Amino acid sequence: MAKKLLINTELIESKLNELNVGPEHILIAIDLKKYFPLRRTLTEIFTGRRRYVRAVDGVSFAIKEGEIFCVAGESGCGKTTLGRTILGLEEATGGMLLYRPRKEIAEELEAMGFSPVYKDYFLLNYLNTNKSAFKLLRRELQIIFQDPFGSLNPRMTIAEILAEPLIVHGIGTYEERMEKVRKALIDVKLTPPEDFMFRYPHQLSGGQRQRVVIARALMLNPRFIVADEPVSMLDVSIRAEILKLMLELKESYGLTYLFITHDLALARYICDRIAVMYLGKIVEMGPAEEVINNPMHPYTRALRAAIPEPDPSNRFKLREVPIKGEVPSAINIPPGCRFHPRCVYFMEGLCDKKEPPLVKVGPDRYVACWLYAKKEGVEVESEERK
Amino acid sequence: MPPLLVVQNLRVYYYSLRGIVKAVDGVSIEVDRGETLALAGESGCGKSTLGFALLRLVPPPGRIVGGRILFDGTDLVTLPEDVLRREYRWKRISMIFQGAMNALNPVRTIGDQIAEAIMIHEKNVTKREALERAAELLKMVGIDPKRVKSYPHELSGGMKQRVVIAMALALNPDLVIADEPTTALDVVVQAQIMNLLKTLKKERNMAMIMISHDLALLAEIADKIAVMYAGKIVEYGPSDVVYENPMHPYTQLLLRSIPRLRGPKELVWIPGQPPDLRTPPPGCRFHPRCPFAMDVCRREEPPMIEIEPNRYVACWMYAKR
Repeated sequence: MAKKLLINTELIESKLNELNVGPEHILIAIDLKKYFPLRRTLTEIFTGRRRYVRAVDGVSFAIKEGEIFCVAGESGCGKTTLGRTILGLEEATGGMLLYRPRKEIAEELEAMGFSPVYKDYFLLNYLNTNKSAFKLLRRELQIIFQDPFGSLNPRMTIAEILAEPLIVHGIGTYEERMEKVRKALIDVKLTPPEDFMFRYPHQLSGGQRQRVVIARALMLNPRFIVADEPVSMLDVSIRAEILKLMLELKESYGLTYLFITHDLALARYICDRIAVMYLGKIVEMGPAEEVINNPMHPYTRALRAAIPEPDPSNRFKLREVPIKGEVPSAINIPPGCRFHPRCVYFMEGLCDKKEPPLVKVGPDRYVACWLYAKKEGVEVESEERK
Repeated sequence: MPPLLVVQNLRVYYYSLRGIVKAVDGVSIEVDRGETLALAGESGCGKSTLGFALLRLVPPPGRIVGGRILFDGTDLVTLPEDVLRREYRWKRISMIFQGAMNALNPVRTIGDQIAEAIMIHEKNVTKREALERAAELLKMVGIDPKRVKSYPHELSGGMKQRVVIAMALALNPDLVIADEPTTALDVVVQAQIMNLLKTLKKERNMAMIMISHDLALLAEIADKIAVMYAGKIVEYGPSDVVYENPMHPYTQLLLRSIPRLRGPKELVWIPGQPPDLRTPPPGCRFHPRCPFAMDVCRREEPPMIEIEPNRYVACWMYAKR
């Protein structure tokens, strides 16, 4: 029997109300945290102090079924760790992940002694401590890795690579598995499949390899896919083709994507909603088009201003990016607003003292910045000092 | 005055065991003093090989098999290796290598590494003078001169890239070849590095060849652009004209496949993949992927056509037959 879990349902409900969660949501993160401990120095061993890399530091969002939810940010902002934590590839340090599985899987889970913590949502990051339960769920949750050159075993043929998830989950006979492999290859447009099944990864181009990575994620008929920068290693000329394929598969398989990217221009083409992360926190969240065309947080503005546009008249002027300095280390996160040392709107006594909350500034639009928090009526005692 | 660099019909082949890879196959370019030429193209089109060839640094089994590289009137292809190394490489032409920031020596300070280049080329410079110059160079690229004593691991990715740029400029060269100088950097840092390159280029009236697959990035700095496909230049001209009115179907598609912040949300890509350079397709090398391919494209290679002065395109659509 599974362990009894003490869950404060009221707390969950109030959090879910904050996030406007309805029956259309499939995955919900509440105050999710992932800290990586650092190796202790000698003094730290004696004093018992511990230091952490706070890669994901309290992140909340709710993803609707069938949506493409984008997490954008620079390297080191925690976006990849967030994706890996959702999949249980990293164990969450704190917070909750709620997931609503398919009916069949939910029934199987209940037969195993797990019950939903809220309506038909199961607590994902708790289940991942139970191997068999989590394995069942992981069929629904898959990942597309960034690097198609590093994520395929060079000693396995494409057919072996694609059949492996089926073998791990004990699905089908050899013939049935090969049939599924064939179908997956056709779905990702590597046709005729016989041409590709018995080749090795090194015999394929980058774009073809990324299709194999996508096909592998599809083998277990998933519902939720974390796509970790799926096109950043590919040439610009073939990126759109892979994105188009992902959009088509979303329709035919009924998928929901968490799309991780550093490229706002790219996100605009395929994402429904965007969450911009900075040093482990979401600083701005909202519908993709709005966040990109009308960025509110100073960081999002800088990120947008830095994107080059194919206009040769730019060569006569310097590109003005409203940002100072460099990303600080995630070990020593600045106090108050973690963006304040780089912010051009820095307000002394406020931004460096108190962390801004993620406040709602419009329908489905959230910003964590004191420039907007005040307007929304959040009390600020040090406002006068400014 | 003749242009600083004139490359005529350059051919660089790799003699691999499984056949001859024609990475650069008859390329001609010109770069004037103070001018920036952009070399654009997909991975595997030979743009980096061309960059290496200009310094005669093509790794074996690659070899320059034909053509001329006239730098300030001297043909670098036939120059004896020791003269090239002493008088040209780094001193007059230097290179910012792709991923060079990860190739900094981890056990030596960045000051030492910059000073090394200076001391090797200028025999009567003492270590102290060289380190002073290294500090000045760091200041020039926007790093605190006190950092000469820092080790690479103490610097961020953006700062390491600045160090690599400082190294390339250490001997005040006339021409700098920058091979994807901002890959692996974040957009914000990328914008800062591009600003730095623009400023340095203006201050020092330096000529530059910038190699990248990113046409949006190249627009930030290029005066002229050469679009390469499968070892050949398919379009060549002033960047204003090429970006405004691309003529070769490849350039057109390449420009349309860039994701933009404004305008219609239409996903455009180039179907298929670049050819194997051991066995390039007959005729125009782009014809298997070209939406406008005609019979003649499959049979005969298109000539380089001069549309207007200094504007060339290699496509049968513009040839008078």
